Parts: sequence; structure tokens; C-alpha cells
Amino acid sequence: MKDRKILIVGGNSAIAFEVARLLAEKGASLYLLGRDTERLERNVQDLQVRTEGKVGFAEFEASDTASHKALWEQADQEMGGLNGLLVAQGWMGEQEQLESDFEQQKELFEVNFLGAISFLTYAAEKFAQQKDGLIAAISSPAGDRGRKKNYVYGAAKGALTLYMSGLRQRLHGSNVNVLTIKPGFVSTPMTEGLKLPLVAQPEVVARDIVEAMEKGRDELYTPFFWRYIMTIIKNIPEVIFKRMSV
Amino acid sequence: MNSTPTKLAGWGNFPVHETLLCTPPAPSLDYSGSEPVLARGEGKSYGDASLNPGGLTISTRHWDRFLSFDPDTGLLLCEAGTTLDAIINHFLPRGWFVPVTPGTRLVSVGGAFACNVHGKNHHADKSFAQHVTRLELGLADGTRQWCTPNDDLFWATAGGMGLTGIILRLEMRLIRVETSLIRQRSLVARNLAEMLSLCAEYDSQYKYSVAWIDCLASGDSLGRGILMLGEHATREELTKASLESPGGQKLSVPIFAPGMLLNKFTITAFNELYFRLQKSKAGDSYLPVGPFFHPLDAIGTWNKLYGKRGFIQYQFVVPEAEAHAVVTEVLNRCRAEGWNSFLSVLKRFGEDSPPVSLSFPFPGVTLTLDVPVRNGLMEFLELLDEIVLAAGGRVYLAKDARLSAESFRLMYPEFPAWLEVKRQVDPDWKFSSALSRRLAMEA
Repeated sequence: MKDRKILIVGGNSAIAFEVARLLAEKGASLYLLGRDTERLERNVQDLQVRTEGKVGFAEFEASDTASHKALWEQADQEMGGLNGLLVAQGWMGEQEQLESDFEQQKELFEVNFLGAISFLTYAAEKFAQQKDGLIAAISSPAGDRGRKKNYVYGAAKGALTLYMSGLRQRLHGSNVNVLTIKPGFVSTPMTEGLKLPLVAQPEVVARDIVEAMEKGRDELYTPFFWRYIMTIIKNIPEVIFKRMSV
Repeated sequence: MNSTPTKLAGWGNFPVHETLLCTPPAPSLDYSGSEPVLARGEGKSYGDASLNPGGLTISTRHWDRFLSFDPDTGLLLCEAGTTLDAIINHFLPRGWFVPVTPGTRLVSVGGAFACNVHGKNHHADKSFAQHVTRLELGLADGTRQWCTPNDDLFWATAGGMGLTGIILRLEMRLIRVETSLIRQRSLVARNLAEMLSLCAEYDSQYKYSVAWIDCLASGDSLGRGILMLGEHATREELTKASLESPGGQKLSVPIFAPGMLLNKFTITAFNELYFRLQKSKAGDSYLPVGPFFHPLDAIGTWNKLYGKRGFIQYQFVVPEAEAHAVVTEVLNRCRAEGWNSFLSVLKRFGEDSPPVSLSFPFPGVTLTLDVPVRNGLMEFLELLDEIVLAAGGRVYLAKDARLSAESFRLMYPEFPAWLEVKRQVDPDWKFSSALSRRLAMEA
């Protein structure tokens, strides 16, 4: 990881920051985009102590996709040529508010999907050309099947999963690995206050993610058992599924 | 700030109290309400020092960022919730180690400072706070203040059990090490007198020193045990040692610590080691810092082994001149009254007298006993308090859950001076804990 210069979009997210820490321990250079500068600075300080590589950051708004090209170029320039991207921003929203409010749904898609594929587009272009790169995005098991409890969020993440899958095929053979990450419930500020089963700690999920990055995996469920849970959920016939409350 | 009613206990699982717990993502001073406030790190103090029944408990768990490190001086600035574990994990492979570590590395630096913890090197390097160069404190009036060792507030906060304010950030000096191994020397003492004289003799030669005492031995063998001495191994000696013994290092002393469960097996393992060492007189070995400093961390929640009612770790220190008489009396009483603490830990403290501080260590000998909570324990420990007090000793507040207010005042003559500083920064006792209320510090 010593030669990796990775842009992390959503660098204040609990999972992304723990991943960044592990990458920093391995000597990677990192550039963080996040919303709250004060929190970002704190994270950047921590990473700078850990890595001998370079650490930079800039403030950004995931839904302001028009600004993303300039941010990408700025990061690329400051780091002296990026060769890694981790897309980690996420906003879950409140399903009950979302389902009756189109504007909010639109915003959720901007944050979770459009604000992700902007960076994926720029990274794919550059990495394919230089025949070197690592692309990872944090999607969600929620994107595997629509459920009434979170289908708006699920649809945005599902779109991201499909996009990554296509991108993986496109970049196959160009020495660019494309990793789709599907973390289960993780104890983060995003899930604080929710009563959730099987909650994992961000440090544990981050270890899995970094291992998958190093091994060049395509898809990662973390913790691992979510793969089995989602296999079951995906295989329930729709006639039954529609009556269920999962 | 979101807060949730939560039941909390210290590491000893006794007592348990309900509090409003909040876990801010970054160091914050969000405590403008009227309820009493207390910061809590990893919750590794044994008794009620980190408990705030009916009040607001601010967890520092997420305040775990390194902020800066200067490789020329070893100065590390970090947030208060950073654990010694995180520091060792990052810095040891790079040739640095923490200046002082207690028996577990799973403590926050804020907690380590607030309890002014000590380690196996106390005789050589004093306590934790002596290696801290500055800290930022959140005060009762909602302001932040940096303190240095020149300030009374710094020393009132060292060992101040979190009662002067909330430690937000802290700068400490790491020490240089050449390798990640400890060269350990183990010596057998056939009784207490021999142990105390071994401690006195070898402490000046070794940076780390601690003894295990067999609590079940009596008569002429009372106080028998193993003195474990340690030094950070140098690169040169490791090269030399591996040249001398082809095939790498042989451990002459088994690392049985992770299996050192607190039951009869422990004493069996102890005996085996004791007699093996007695035959060979002494054993030298190289071992990683983990088994040397933090053997119980490998077991994780060993505190649960004592069952639902929890346990108390009773640790006291008495002046060296009284050590033989007091330790003999305490061990005899424990055995006679059936309070067996299979193994106990003995260590000689060095010079350490921070001003206006409620710090525990002073020059003398400290003994630690683990005792499960059952009927009659409180009365028994009060008896021990009297023995300790009569010898001019004191018990460790970070491990205490039951000391009386009167005994506390007698054991800590620095308390009035400490209280002066407390009154200057927090006259209304915004910061208080189950411990401060039990010890009637406010009255």
C-alpha cells in the first residue's frame, strides 16, 4: 500500500476513517473529502502521525455533483497522481419521511448514488489509462433486495452495486480492481439510536475491507455472515416476500 | 447531546449504577445541564471511580485520535480517549514504548492520568503523570484550559479521579526502545524477608520489577514467591543471544500467564514454576511486551470469572520499614479468615510525591489482593484498612469501592491541599462521582 495514493470520499464516515487508519499504518498516502472541516482536520492529524505518506483534505458536499470534477483534479494534483479511490459517503434518511417526499428522495440519490458515480467516472478514466488503480465503494446489503423498511436507501445502494458490477467488467484486464463493499449493521453515528441486531464495530469491518483491497476481491460482505443472510433473503419468492415484514 | 440511561460498573463489576451515558464523536464540552458530570474512558478502574449515578457520564471512547508526534523528542499529543494499546500497536514497531503502563494496556490516557497509574518501573520512573508534559482540561464553567507540570491544577488532576474537569487532550513523552522484547530475569524468594531484600537489591539494577507472592504459603515460607525483573532487550544482545543458541531463543521460563486463570490451576502453575526456578536458581528469558506487562489482557474479560457479585482488588502501600510486618499480618489474616487470593502482587515503589495530588504511590511496598465479593468481605477489608492505616499506609482509589470517608482522610493527608485547587476550578462540584460522594469529599 506504500505506493497507493487514495482519495477517500466521505472521509469522516466511521468505517472510512477506520479503513484510512489501517491504510495509513501500511504507509499509503491519503486525501480525504468530508463535510465537517473541524472533524476532517482531526482525522487528518491522526492519519498524518500514522503514515509516512502524504495526507491531504478538502471540504465537499456529496450532493453538489457539479463541484466534484474540480475536487478530483485538485486531489489528483496535490497527491501527485491518484491511483486509488474509496467512495464511502452515505445518508440513510428516515424511510417514513422519504417515501412521501420526492425532493428528499432525490437528495438521497444525489448523496448515495450520483455523488458516488461522479468520482467513479473520473477514477475509471484515469486508472484505465494508467493501467493501475484500486476502486472501492461502500454499498450495502440493503441494495440486494427492496424492503419496505428502507427501499429508497436500498434502491440508491442497489444502483451503486449494479454500477460497480458493470465497471468491474469494463476495467477487467486493465489492472484496475473494482471492489463492492456491503457492510451489515455497523455501530456508527449513522446507526446510533437504532435498535439493530448483529451490530459490528467499524474497526472489525475496516480490517475486512483492507484485506479485500489487498487481495483484489470483487465483492465483500462484512461481517462475512451477511452473505448467507442476503442469499436467503434474495431467494425468497416475491409472492411470499411481499407479505413478509423483514 | 444524545444520552441514554445505562447501567455501568467498573472493572470489578461492583458496584453497578445507572447513569445517563453519552458518547460524543469528538472532544466536547457539552454539559451545561445541572446534573453532576463525569468523564469515563475504558472503564478499567475497578470500583466506583468512573461511575456517576444519577448524573451525566461522558464517554471518551471516540476521542481516540493521535494529533502529532515528534520523533526527535518522543512527544506524542493525542486525544484523551486514546488507549495505551493503540499507542503501543502503532509505536512499538517503530521503536517507541509508553513510559508507564499499568497491568492492562486497555486503558485510556485520560484515565491513566486521572488515576495517575503506576507500572512495574515505578521504582525507576515514577508514575504516569510524571511523563505528561501538558494537558487540555474542560472546566466546570465550560471553558478549556491547557495545564503543565508548573500548574497546581495539573497535579490536582493527576490522580484527581476525574474530579477537576474533563481531560480532552494530552501530551506525553514516549521512550525509545531498540527491540519489542523484554529480557526477563526471574528470582526465587523462599519467604517474605528474602523477597523484600531481593527487591531492594535488584530494583536499582532493573527498570522493571514485580513479584508474585504465593498467598497460600505459611510459616517459614510465608511470602515466598518469584521476583520478575525486566529490561528492554537491546539489538546487540539479541544478535549475540541468537548467535550463541542456534535455532533462536529458548524460553527458560514458560509463559503461562494467559492460562493464569484465577483458580486452583493458577497456584499449580505457580508452584511448578517456583520449584523449577528453585532448582536452577534463576532464569533468564526474552519475551514480548504483552506477556510481560499485560498477561491478563490475553484473557479478555477475566473479571467475569468472579461471578455476578464481582470482586474487589485491594491494593495498599506502606512505608518500607513497615512492609515486612504489615504484609505478614495481612497474609496471615487472609489465610486465617478464608479470604484466599491465590496469588498476589508485590512491588517496591520509588520516590514520587507530586504536590496537591491524590496520587497513590509513595516510597514503600505495595501489595495487591483480588477478593471476590461475598458476605463479610467489607468488614474484613475494614480490618485491613486499620492495619494499613496504623502503618502509615493507604489504599489505591482507582481500585477502591468501599473505603470509608474517615479512613480516606487519614490515608490521604494531601486532601485539604487538593480540595483548595478543586474549589478554585469547581466550587459547586459540577464534577463528581460515586467515589467522591462515598468518600464525602464535598462535605
